[in-house]
This record gives sequence, structure tokens and C-alpha cells, in this order.
Amino acid sequence: MPEHSLKPLTPLGHESPETVTLGPVTIAEVVDIALASLAVRAGRGGDVATAARKAGIALPPPGHAAAGDPWSAFWMGPEMWMITAPCSTHEDIVAALKPIFGDAASLTEQTDAWARFRVTGRDLPRLFERLCGADLDRASGGQAIRTTIEHLGAFLLVREDGAIDVLSARSSAASLHHAIIAAAKSVF
Amino acid sequence: MSQSNRIPGGLIDRSGTLSFTFDGRSYQGHPGDTLASGLLANGVRLMGRSFKYHRPRGPISAGSDEPNALVELRTGARQEPNTRATVAELFDGLSAQSQNRWPSLAFDALAINDRLSPFFAAGFYYKTFMWPAAFWEKVYEPIIRRAAGLGSLSRLPDPDVYDKGFLHCDILVIGAGPSGLAAALTAGRSGARVILADEDFRMGGRLTAETQGVGGLSGADWTAQALAELSGLPNVRLMTRTTVVGAFDHGIYGAVERVSDHVPVPAEGKPRQILWRIYARRAILAAGATERMIAFEDNDRPGIMLAGAVRAYANRWGVAAGRRVAVFTNNDDGLRTAADLRAKGLEIAAVIDSRKGEEVTGSAGRLGLRSIKVRDGSGRTRTVECDALAVSGGWNPNLHLTSHHRGRPVWDEAIAAFVPGPGGPAGLLPAGAAAGHLTTHGALKTGAKAAAAALADLGHKAAAFDLPEAEDAPVSITPKWHVPGKGRAWVDPQNDVTVKDVKLAHQEGFRSVEHLKRYTTLGMATDQGKAGNVLGLAVMAEMTGQSIPETGTTIYRPPYTPVAMGALAGRSREKDFKPTRLTPSHKWAAEQGAVFVEVGMWLRAQWFPKPGETHWRQSVDREVLATRASAGICDVTTLGKIDIQGKDAGAFLNRVYANTFATLPVGKVRYGLMLREDGIVMDDGTTARLAEDEWVMTTTTANAVPVFRHLEFCRQCLWPDMDVQLISTTEAWAQFSVAGPNARRLLEKVVDQDISDAAFPYMACANITVCGGLRARLFRISFSGELAYEIAVPTRYGDAMIRALMKAGEEFDAVAYGTEALGVMRVEKGHVAGNELNGQSTALNMGLGKMVSKKKDAIGMVLSQREGMVAKDGLRLVGVKPVDPSQPLTAGSHFIAMGKPATAAHDDGWLTSVVYSPHLGHSIALGYLKDGSARMGERLRTVNLLKKTEVEVEIVSPHFIDPEGERLRA
Amino acid sequence: MIINHPLLGPRDAQEFVYLGDARLIGRPDGMDEGAAQAFHDHVFLRDNPAGEHRELWFHEQGDRSWLVVTRNTVTHEITKVELARDVARALGRSK
Repeated sequence: MPEHSLKPLTPLGHESPETVTLGPVTIAEVVDIALASLAVRAGRGGDVATAARKAGIALPPPGHAAAGDPWSAFWMGPEMWMITAPCSTHEDIVAALKPIFGDAASLTEQTDAWARFRVTGRDLPRLFERLCGADLDRASGGQAIRTTIEHLGAFLLVREDGAIDVLSARSSAASLHHAIIAAAKSVF
Repeated sequence: MSQSNRIPGGLIDRSGTLSFTFDGRSYQGHPGDTLASGLLANGVRLMGRSFKYHRPRGPISAGSDEPNALVELRTGARQEPNTRATVAELFDGLSAQSQNRWPSLAFDALAINDRLSPFFAAGFYYKTFMWPAAFWEKVYEPIIRRAAGLGSLSRLPDPDVYDKGFLHCDILVIGAGPSGLAAALTAGRSGARVILADEDFRMGGRLTAETQGVGGLSGADWTAQALAELSGLPNVRLMTRTTVVGAFDHGIYGAVERVSDHVPVPAEGKPRQILWRIYARRAILAAGATERMIAFEDNDRPGIMLAGAVRAYANRWGVAAGRRVAVFTNNDDGLRTAADLRAKGLEIAAVIDSRKGEEVTGSAGRLGLRSIKVRDGSGRTRTVECDALAVSGGWNPNLHLTSHHRGRPVWDEAIAAFVPGPGGPAGLLPAGAAAGHLTTHGALKTGAKAAAAALADLGHKAAAFDLPEAEDAPVSITPKWHVPGKGRAWVDPQNDVTVKDVKLAHQEGFRSVEHLKRYTTLGMATDQGKAGNVLGLAVMAEMTGQSIPETGTTIYRPPYTPVAMGALAGRSREKDFKPTRLTPSHKWAAEQGAVFVEVGMWLRAQWFPKPGETHWRQSVDREVLATRASAGICDVTTLGKIDIQGKDAGAFLNRVYANTFATLPVGKVRYGLMLREDGIVMDDGTTARLAEDEWVMTTTTANAVPVFRHLEFCRQCLWPDMDVQLISTTEAWAQFSVAGPNARRLLEKVVDQDISDAAFPYMACANITVCGGLRARLFRISFSGELAYEIAVPTRYGDAMIRALMKAGEEFDAVAYGTEALGVMRVEKGHVAGNELNGQSTALNMGLGKMVSKKKDAIGMVLSQREGMVAKDGLRLVGVKPVDPSQPLTAGSHFIAMGKPATAAHDDGWLTSVVYSPHLGHSIALGYLKDGSARMGERLRTVNLLKKTEVEVEIVSPHFIDPEGERLRA
Repeated sequence: MIINHPLLGPRDAQEFVYLGDARLIGRPDGMDEGAAQAFHDHVFLRDNPAGEHRELWFHEQGDRSWLVVTRNTVTHEITKVELARDVARALGRSK
């Protein structure tokens, strides 16, 4: 981590992440994951795949996420993925990815573009059916579903342990958080 | 009052007692009652007044087709008008009021309308309020509005919340009567994902209301058994109190679940209703059928009800609609009512079977039925004393959803009713009574069959459904639509449409069903024709001498039953109407007491009031003057930022911007003008080249999303092989403008690199670090016209950054400035913004015509050169100042030449942006003026007819400040 | 409506933004002879068929793909969904 004097705030505007438990669900702000988008340069799909394999970065198919250590990734669009890694080791994630992919991919820092809420508990499909059209009853671990929650674009990352990470624009984190909490109060 | 009409039996819970009031009087009922069954049990049958004639009315039905018993439920903010008492679930403490009456239900002053009925025939409003035309707005409309409508609104904000929700299933079964249950069992046992939705609070449909059993069990017991099995299946979801109200494209259904309507107040945090959007691969319409009336003179008295409803009240609710009941029927189903009531020990006064040539010709009883007149086959008339008349004119399948994609019902002679026709929503299979199979056996069989067909479609193997034994008697209907007579015979009781009205419509040429509907109001309002449509149509067919299918039918549209506006709005109301986006410095700005303004979804600081400042202009003037004198800091994060990478990024920018970009050196920024393909300006902003193949584009706040969409269109659809990759980074970076003569000195205290003019000249950009190592981006660009920079840091450090900048600025008396000061400074500098980028203006209009390069192909280049758009005397951006500096200008005012009238013919353009320039000490403006560039120094009037202002102005250069740009290059 | 996205399967049309006639892919070259007339036709002339129509939809709340959707404007039946990029390439568009 670079030495500087600035203190970060969480997407909800606090010094440390917020966790709320409502009935059977817990909604926790997650801030320790760095993100960068990776887009394949024209005609360089093979190079990107090779580089990713060598570096141990799994690039999942459409609609999916792949968890790994330290690298995880989820599909964003054709020839585009979001790569994630722990902030503690990969705070400047683009600097870490650049040597791996060289000029075969366009890399863009996205860490602070997103807010991430980890929703854990039982009956999560009952909660999310009040929020979005994603069919979570039929979703399995490893799916990355892009959807809309109260007018906000969001990724739902279904984790292997059943928890769901909701990623959405950082600036509207408070609105999203409010929507999830209102739904949880409504359902449980 | 005791429950005088409560009889033994039924599916109510007699161990519980519920107290409720109707028009202030207290009554008691039982769990399982509706308001209507509760009132009928207490001997109350007068529940409302009709819409037009204010005739006394009681319920005719026991379901959602009820046209008469419309009441206001609850009081205060939760008061809800036009609620059907027949579906309002009784709860302890329910308060209901009758409506459309004054002063009381029993004595209603406007019942005079009934005496005046000859004047209120169909077309009354059309004919009466025609002339004089001048009377319409001032006289007629207020009169009509006062008399119109049934119930009254609380006029208070709805205190409840409504949810929206999304469900997915293989098979949606609409209706949980015998056909729906058979379908759900077949599909559920097969492992398909099933949703079974029923509008009632108790599933079973007619099985709850009939005495014929199923498979050796009573209908209720068989239903209970089926529901027990279904609720044990994890792949089946049972939804009571849920009405499927609409069939939309591609298997999307709308449904309203009344979560809390049966409790006095929703539990904390719980919604009153949920509007579900159901994605169903297949759906089975098992919505049953609705019985219809036979029209005869005065067939609308309280006590005259549909035969099936009388049976339902007796069998399901243990309520006698009357103690001495007559039955009038044209089919065998009506006879069941007589049999069931007789078995309950009630007296049957008469059974009038029109198939035997008998008919009911009239009724008596002011506020409720006392007797009927009966004419037998030989023409003899007698009076039959009775307090209830059960009428069956046959059953209409509830095919409404099959019409939602404009599917037209077809006539089925065997049951004398319309059944679903072709053109229904794809994947929607009607079954049971909704498909015209009116027997229990037919319902069970076709329900199971529809499920099997749906399962086969979806590739599931249908599980066995052993058809239980059930009644399968033919309907044996001989149509009887109305009994001829002199008096008024009601066709559509809700809208007070009578046989005479239909005849009048015919006589006056309104013969097509669509005309009939609009001329007579047949089938409008809450019941949407459930009670009277087919009857009205049959009467019209009789008039025209055509068959019913030849006469045609209106089709139904969503919703099947009325939907509360609150349910449609869901959570999107008041402060939750839309999400809010907060800037990275929001917390800090709020601490400073900033006044915020909504810009799209963003909340931006508009100005920062200081102690003692009582008017916004004081704050804004101070912010502007301080910035121009020393330094000001503004959060500009909301501007769209798009990361553009790839080997062809420069060539791509050349195509999407009207001016040239490919030649921009690394480390430089350029202002870009983006056109639409029709040559109009779409957006503007600066784009920086951070590396050989890495650029960052900025867009206006408002256009961030549309510009990104447009760039993706260009990249994917127009030039699919260009090596360009795009991603929005608006949210990733907190960006601040630091402007003013001391901007550099201020920033030097924060950044870790040399930013002297030599090292970092005007329009430079670089990746740098701040505060000892945090990566940042620095751009030397200026919107204010001052020496200015924009500095970006990862968003989570935005709060720390604004604090660091303000601290560094203390020695320079630096200020934070908001969007108002930003606006003042850009107008002073003559920069265009949203008001000028109005979707109608060209680069030439903005004085930026030279930016459009004709040496390369770019979006909009060709059409920007169209003849009409390059006219020499077209609109040009000009600066405007009042001749008398004390006079304020008004935005939107139009330029009119001196001495010319303020008419469109002399309109020379308009003021787009007006601000008070504290620097100049007077109002200034930008505007579009015809041939403006050639009119510097000219005096004109600016006239605003709406605000009634007129100011004499002088046309000047739009650059009020530093026209040579010396400050920003300092 | 449901649009069967070639990569993501059935998606609610609410996730998409509609643009219009897929012929917009066929943008003329601004440097060609007769470009003014070609652009006039390209930008302003549209068929408005009652029936099958190929149209552009953007998966804005999704993977940001532009799609060419063949839709019957009368029945809303969707018979084909393609990635617009593939359509553009098949039409010979490149750089």
C-alpha cells in the first residue's frame, strides 16, 4: 500500500463497513476487494486466454463467475470480464494485471466504481424476488447475473456457499442498501 | 343485531366472532365471511345506490364480478372507495360505509334521478350538454364532475407501502377451482415449477359453494386434500388473495396479491399489496365462469341475486339470502339452488323456469324485494311473495385474459355463451369453465388435460391424474335474455344501463358493439362488463335481427379487476421515487451546510451558505468572486467519464467527434464536440490522452448514459473490427475542479509532482500521485475561464481529498463552490452547457462551426452541412447585457427588434442562459440570435410574455471574461 | 416482452433500450461521392412495417450488447435475435 495521508470512506459513507441483520438475513458492506475490468483487444482472445491460464485467472463463460485465490473473475459482456483480488495485496490491481496481459487486453481500474453488499442467510430467493427479476431459485453457485434493482443496474454474484454478493454503482449505494433493507423487512 | 339469516353449515369458523360496522351500525360475523356474507347474515341486503339513478342496491353476486355492493372500506387515510363487499374479507374492527348516497343509504336525495329517468337515457350527456359551447367549462363540467363517481377518496397520502415482485414458473395456474386444482396436481406431481394463484382467500372455486362431491368427498374436503398434497410439493407455490390481472407478451403475467387487505393495518414494514410480475413458460386459465342475470322489469332490487351466488351464500357461508326464496332460471343450474336451499330447510316460494314458458315480469319492494310478478305459460299473471329471487341466465366463461392480446371470443351455442377464441396469448391454455366446460367433471378433466399439454410442450412427462368421479350433467340452457315489458329492465346494473337504453342506442344508430358500449356506458367502470356485457349484446342482437356472433363482442383488456395505483407505483414514491446518487464529497458538503440540487439522480451541492448569508445570491456571488480572486474548489465527479482503450481508439474518436483527435499527443486534453448523425450537437466534453492507446472521455452529467450507449453502437454496429474497448469510469474517480489564480499554488501543496506551467501547461494531463503516494489523475482544463485543474482520485478517497484541498486552500482563502457558481462562471466565460445543447442546435449555432472537420468522416459531419443548417443568417450564440445594468434579464425571453411588435413573426431568437455576474455587477446572458455574429453592439428588446418582462439589451461577445484566454494559460 | 439473448438466454425487455430499424447499421461513408443524399436516406427514411421488423436493442442493464431483434410489430412475436456485431460483420462492415 502506498504511503499517503488520506483516509478512505466506504460506499455508505462510513469509516468502516456496515453490517445489518434483519431476521434471517445479514447484509454486509464489503470493501476489501479490488476490481479491474479486462477487455480483450481486437484479435487477441487467444493471447488473453493463455495469459490468464498461466496466471491462474479463470475467465468464466457468459453469466458466470469463477472464484480463485487471489484472482476471481466474472463475465461482464462479450470479451469482457471483471477481475477481482483482495485489496490487502492487490490495491493497485491494474498495475498487478498489466504485466500479465501486456497489450493483449485493456485494463481499467473499477474498484471504486462499485459498492458490494454480501447478503447471507436462508430463503434468499424470497428476498430477491421482491427486488429483481433474477431467477435465484434456479441459480447455482458461480452464476453472475446482471439485473436491475429499483432502477439500479446490479450484478448478483451467487457464491458457492449460497451467499449473494450484490454489486452496484457506488454513488447510489445508500439507495440500494435502503431497498434491500426495505425488502428484507417486508419479507421476513 | 343477531345474525338473523345465519343458517347451519358452511365453511366459516363459528368459534370466532368478528365485529364490524356498516354505516356506523355494529354487526357480527365469523372468520371466513366476506363483508357481503356478514351483512346478509345480519339481514342487511341494501348495500349501495346505483351510479346514475341512485336506485337501492344489494349484492347480486358472491365474487369479484359484483357490480352493486360497492362500499368504502376503512376510514381516514386508508379509506378506499368502490370496494366490492363480496370480496372484502371480514376482519375484526372493519368499518365500511355505503357510498353514492346523501344523506343516508335508506333515504338518498339524488334518488330523484330515478324519477327523472326519462331524461337520463343513454346519450343524455351527449345530447344535453351540447350548447351553448361557452357553458361547457364553466357550468356543465363542474355539474357533471360533482355528480360523477361513486365513492370518495380520502385525499390523504396512502400510509401503506406496496411491493413489487418477480416470480418464475413453468406453469402458472390461474384459478384454484376444480380445473385449476386438477391442473396444479398434474403439473406439480410431474415436478414442474408451478404457481397456483387464486383471487379468493379460500381456494376451491365453486367446490366451496356446491353440494355435489368429488370422488366421494365433499367439494371442500376434496379441495383440502388436494391443497394438502400441493403444499407438500416444494415445486408448487400456492398463492391465495392473488388475482392475475393481465396477460402480457411472451408469458409475462401481472398479478396483485392482497397481503394485508384482510387485516386492519399492515404489520410493521409489511406491504399492503404486492404487484407480481410472473414469468411463466405456460399458463392455464382456470378462472371459472360468471353467472348472468335475466333482464326483467325492476330486476335490480336488493334481494334479487344470481342463483349461483344464493347457493354459495348458503353452502359456503351459511347464509340465507332470504327466508322465502324464488328461483328464475333458463337452465338446469338454477334448479340446483332450489334443491340446495330446500335441503337447508328454506322455503322455496316458486321455481320459474323460462324453458316451460314461465317468466318473471316484475318485482316490488322499495328498499328490498317483497314480491315478484310471474306470468305462466298460458299468460296468467300472479304475485309471489318472496324476499329473495335467485336468477340464472346461464354462465359466461371468464375468458378475459384470452382477450388481452386482442383474441376474440367465439360463440358456443351449447352453453349460449362466448368461449375463448383464437388469438389468445401464446402459451395460455384455457381449461374448465373458463373454456366453456361447465361441469365439475369437465373442469377436472380439461384442467388435467391442459396441464398435460403444457408439460408436453415443456418436455416434462405428465404424472398420472386419476380423474375422480364428479357430476357431469348437461347445462340444458335455452337462452332467455330479457322479459319484454314496459318498465326498465337492467342489463348492466353498475352503469344503470337498461334494455331500453340498448334499444335507444339501436334506434339512434349506435349498433356496433363498440358504439353501444360508448353510447350507453355498458360494461364500463369497476366490473368492466362482467355483469352485463353479454346480456347487452344479446339484446342488441335481437334488435338487429342478427345472431349474437354476428353482432360481435367487445374484448377485454387488463386489468381483470381494478388495481390500486399504489400497487402500480410500488416503492417508487416520494423520496424513493428514484434512487439518489451521492457525490464523493457529499458527506463533507452536508457538514458545510450545503444546499443540494437534484441533477438527474445526482444530488449536487448548489451553493455553500456561510453564516450571515440570507439569500442564495449572496453565497453564489461570494463563491464566484473568491474563485476569480484566488481559488475555488468544486466536485465535478458527476460528469460522465468513459475509459477508451485500444489501438484504434484515436481513429474511433475521430469518427465520433466532429473535430480531430487522432493527432492529440499523449499527455494532452482536447475539447470535443459530438454530433448526432443528423448534424445536431449531441454532447460536448474534454477527452484526455493518458497513454498511446488509453484515453478518457468526459461527457456532460446528463448525457453520460446516452453517450456511452452511442459509443457502443458505433463500436459494435458501425465499425465492429476497430480495436476499441469502452468502460464507464464515472463512479471510479472522485474529481474536483480547482480554479482561480492561486489554483496551482494550492495544488502544489497536495500533488507530489512538478506542475509548474512549464512542466504542466494548459491542456496537459497526467497520471500523478497526491498526498504522498495516492495515485491520481490531473487535467489542466478550465470551465470557469480561470487557471484551473481537475484532479481525480479513487472515489473512496474523495472525502479525504476535498478535506485536503480545502485545508491546503486555507492560506488562499479558497472557497468551495456549487453548481450555481459553476454556472455563473461558465456563462461569464461563454461556454455552452445544457441550455445551449438543447437537441436543436448545431456547432454553427454555438459559434463552433469551425470545429467540424470536413477532412474526415465523422458522425453527423455530412448532415451538419445541410443547406438549412449552414444558413448565413441562422442562429448564432451571442452574449447579452442589459443597457440599464440595474435591470435583470429573464431566461427564455425572446429577441425582438426595437419598435417591432412582440409576435412570432418578429422573433429573432431567445436567451438560453441568464446569470447575475458579480464580476461585472449586472445580469448577463447567452442567447441564440439570428445572424448574431454580425450584430455585435446592436440594441434589441428581450421580451418574456409569460413573465411579462421586457428589457432593452446590447448584443456583445459571449466571452464576458478574459476573451483572450490569458488567465487560463497563466 | 422477453428477448432471447444469444449469450444470456431469455431476458426481460425492460433491461433493454430500443433504438429502431436495424438498417441503421448500414451507415454510408461520409467521404463518398453523393454522401449527402445517402445520409439523408439513411437518417430520415424508414419503413414502418406492420409485421416482421428487424430492429436494434441495446442490453443496457445487461452485457451492453447491441442486438438485432426480428420482431413482428403486430403480434410482438420475436423470431430471431442476433448480436449486432455479427450482423454488421456479415454485412461487410469492418473498420
